[in-house]
Amino acid sequence: MVDMTAPDLDLKTGSIDDAIANLKEKFPDAVSDDTRAGYGGVIVDKGQLREVAQYLKQNLGFDYLSSATAVDYLGEGQHTTDDHLEMVYHAYRTSGGSALVFKAQTDRDDAVVPSLVPVWKGADFQESEVYDLFGIKFTDHPNLRRILLWDGFHGHPMRKDWKEPYYEEEAKPFGSRWPGGQVHRAEEKTIFGKNVQYPADIDLSRLTDISESKLYEGFGMGVDVQKVTHDGVETDQLIVNMGPHHPSTHGVFRMIMRLDGESVRDLEPIMGYLHRNHEKIGERNTWLHNIPFTDRLDYISSMGNNHGYVLAVEQLLAHNKRWKPPTYRAEVLRVLMVEMSRIINHLWAIGFWLNDIGAFFTPVLYFIEERERMMDFFEAVAGSRMMCNYMRFGGVFADLPERLRSTANLMNDRVRDYNTMQFLTEMINERIPRTIDDLEELLTENEIVKVRSIGVGILSKEDAINYSTAGPLLRGSGVAYDIRRADPYSIYPELDFDVAVRNEGDMYARYSVRVQEMRESIRILKQILPRLEYTANESATANNGSHGDKAPLGEAYGRVENGKGELGYYVVSAGNKRATSNPWRYHVRAPSFINLTPLGAMSEGMKVADVVGILGSIDIVLGETDR
Amino acid sequence: MNGQGLLKGMLLTLRHFVESYADDIKYGFKKFSPDVDNFETRQGTQTRGVFTVQYPDEKLAMPERFRFVPFLVVEDWDDELNPGKDWCTSCGICAKVCPPQCIWIVRGDDPVTGRPIPEPEAFFIDIDICMNCGFCAEYCPFDAIKMDHDYELASYDRTTNHVFDKEKLSKEQRYWKNLAPTRAAEEADVRGGWEHKNFKKSWNTTKEQAQSAQAEKDTKRDEVRARKAAAADEKPAASVSDGPIIVGQPGKAPWEESEEIREKRRLGALQRKAIRAAKRGDG
Ligand code: SF4
Ligand code: SF4
Repeated sequence: MVDMTAPDLDLKTGSIDDAIANLKEKFPDAVSDDTRAGYGGVIVDKGQLREVAQYLKQNLGFDYLSSATAVDYLGEGQHTTDDHLEMVYHAYRTSGGSALVFKAQTDRDDAVVPSLVPVWKGADFQESEVYDLFGIKFTDHPNLRRILLWDGFHGHPMRKDWKEPYYEEEAKPFGSRWPGGQVHRAEEKTIFGKNVQYPADIDLSRLTDISESKLYEGFGMGVDVQKVTHDGVETDQLIVNMGPHHPSTHGVFRMIMRLDGESVRDLEPIMGYLHRNHEKIGERNTWLHNIPFTDRLDYISSMGNNHGYVLAVEQLLAHNKRWKPPTYRAEVLRVLMVEMSRIINHLWAIGFWLNDIGAFFTPVLYFIEERERMMDFFEAVAGSRMMCNYMRFGGVFADLPERLRSTANLMNDRVRDYNTMQFLTEMINERIPRTIDDLEELLTENEIVKVRSIGVGILSKEDAINYSTAGPLLRGSGVAYDIRRADPYSIYPELDFDVAVRNEGDMYARYSVRVQEMRESIRILKQILPRLEYTANESATANNGSHGDKAPLGEAYGRVENGKGELGYYVVSAGNKRATSNPWRYHVRAPSFINLTPLGAMSEGMKVADVVGILGSIDIVLGETDR
Repeated sequence: MNGQGLLKGMLLTLRHFVESYADDIKYGFKKFSPDVDNFETRQGTQTRGVFTVQYPDEKLAMPERFRFVPFLVVEDWDDELNPGKDWCTSCGICAKVCPPQCIWIVRGDDPVTGRPIPEPEAFFIDIDICMNCGFCAEYCPFDAIKMDHDYELASYDRTTNHVFDKEKLSKEQRYWKNLAPTRAAEEADVRGGWEHKNFKKSWNTTKEQAQSAQAEKDTKRDEVRARKAAAADEKPAASVSDGPIIVGQPGKAPWEESEEIREKRRLGALQRKAIRAAKRGDG
């Protein structure tokens, strides 16, 4: 038995290497170094996984489980000769520092791993996702279910031997495109045929029953009402479905609630309506192909999505001999774009949150106006307003254009012709700050906003960490954890800004954090402007000439502080001798998804109308939640 | 005082309201007149009022880098030496770099030697699949594929209209120069002139060459036509039943059509599919 009584302060702040050494000392039989080429961290025997995790959290201070995901090493042949499934965990300290990566391996045919939900509640949805997509069972998981797919789905799609309908080849580029490429539509191949598979034991005539009954059973009742007694008065508790087509859910998202009058007793979020298995697509793609696909995750801040992904892949590419890291100007441009995206994201989040609590569309339209202008800029630089596809490995797509303009090519077109730098300067120095001032004038002291949001949807500091929440949700609960400071990347170490944080943990605190963060972003942007000036002669596109970049073998986890929280990409290059053109594993640690884990807990005891606001204050985008 | 915050907010709303009209007055209510071009002010960073564009009566010009479904650059149709010559060499890079794999290219082969020639025989882009990422334009080594600005591509029948072939994709180089003057000039600079030198061997450089090439092309075309006619005589309507393929009633949206027409349309699609399959020889 491990001694867990006396946590040692020194151990909680020491380096990662110290922590690993200590871990190996404590668990000599269970913990061993991961010695595969390009890999780091430790491999933990799954029999003692939970003890090790507990020790990590209690004694070594790794209180924050960022990401939990799996990899299928079927027929990989380079890193491992035996086929197995592997759980990969990234744990951090909220005091800052890099990750402690630990892994647990399990057999493919009988995939069982102890659940870590008793240690970190943030593992809840993530383990459900792994169960859904990989078919690993987690012992003692409180609510293991297919979280993204429906119950009638056949197989576990992220396993390497699962093939999608219209399957063509393992990896792109597909051979049928060139030199003898004749176009065909996928649907023509099976114009009336079935390409859907069902599990053998499913009765298709009872589809709705099968998929829903399990959900309702989780609430301890059927679809019928249940009688409860309040002070001698008999009333009914009933189950209400909110969504998937409900205007307040910001997309196709459903909440099942058990209501006692107006109060919510239980809440279960149901998602996956927009699921397209982004990760499987990503594994068919080449490394480069994935960049525009990341745009489609959190489509409000596609620049940030690009950034996280290129950072992850650049970690691998950096082992290449001829690798040239991004120039300073490229980094400056990246930060410029990402910070503008953050402002857009927060304006959007606040605006729609206000819609949810009743300020219908007046404020949000004021914010959209500003967003439009910033997107004009994105469009002129990157070519698209939302699907920016701007960053490349080792640089960016293109430098700033001289002027934001075009000559007319369509009838009746009107030209806007400004100098880019002048536009940026005016936006950053005048327009955006003015909008934020307006926003505060309109809302911060507004009595209705305050009444609706103060004390509603409270998430305590401990819970916020325990549930692996990220972004304004985490910082609104008093945890000053911002990856730009805690585990810095790009040029953030040299930039001067503060981490916005509030202690109350309610909706109003999250709102304040967002406003403060926008102000900090302006502060960063103001420091970016002179940097843009004096790097004007540097190239930003230096290293993006090749379309077939091959990544050396290994794993990498790149994460950025996106508007919605920590966006992480876990990528593995494997399966080939030296370098690969396609990811073996491509996982997205989606803040919108994981931030929903505490939704049920936050909504308990609240009114139905508040639940809508709480969901809005988390700020999710379903493109990212469902992937 | 209670209610103060609320009042402040309402004043702000009022200010926005007034500003939107003040702006109109400033332009003498000519804001939406087609003759007055005050777009730069209306859309600029300094404007305080409404900046909405009355689409489709008004349209904003796209910035140069705007990207929508790609097109293939060819020499101008009235070019003296190489009218309509493809810039594309069918190298296949765009097909490989396309993330959703919506580009299909048939590489051109010399009919005599069987060696590849720098010019595509066929080129398809399924615009339903294209995600407008711009990679094809970015990585094409011959500047032969570029992103278009024409975003109004909606149509009533996606099954017949949305696979663009080479003919539909090809646009003259002067169109590209017009669309993105800065970029086109930069690229020409790198190439060392507007004409392509990289693969000049197959390009005509003198008038005589152009004429003989044209003559050769004409005979080839006649030959192909004759061969096709002969083939058609041999097996009349091999794989499909007779009758024209019905596409629909002109002037009617598909959902307004009768059941009967819709059924015919469906059969038409199947017919076309069969024809294509027969051409491919797999079915
Ligand atoms: S990359 Fe350019 S030259 Fe090569 S096939 Fe595509 S369009 Fe043609
Ligand atoms: S724009 Fe992107 S998706 Fe479209 S054809 Fe080009 S490479 Fe393919």
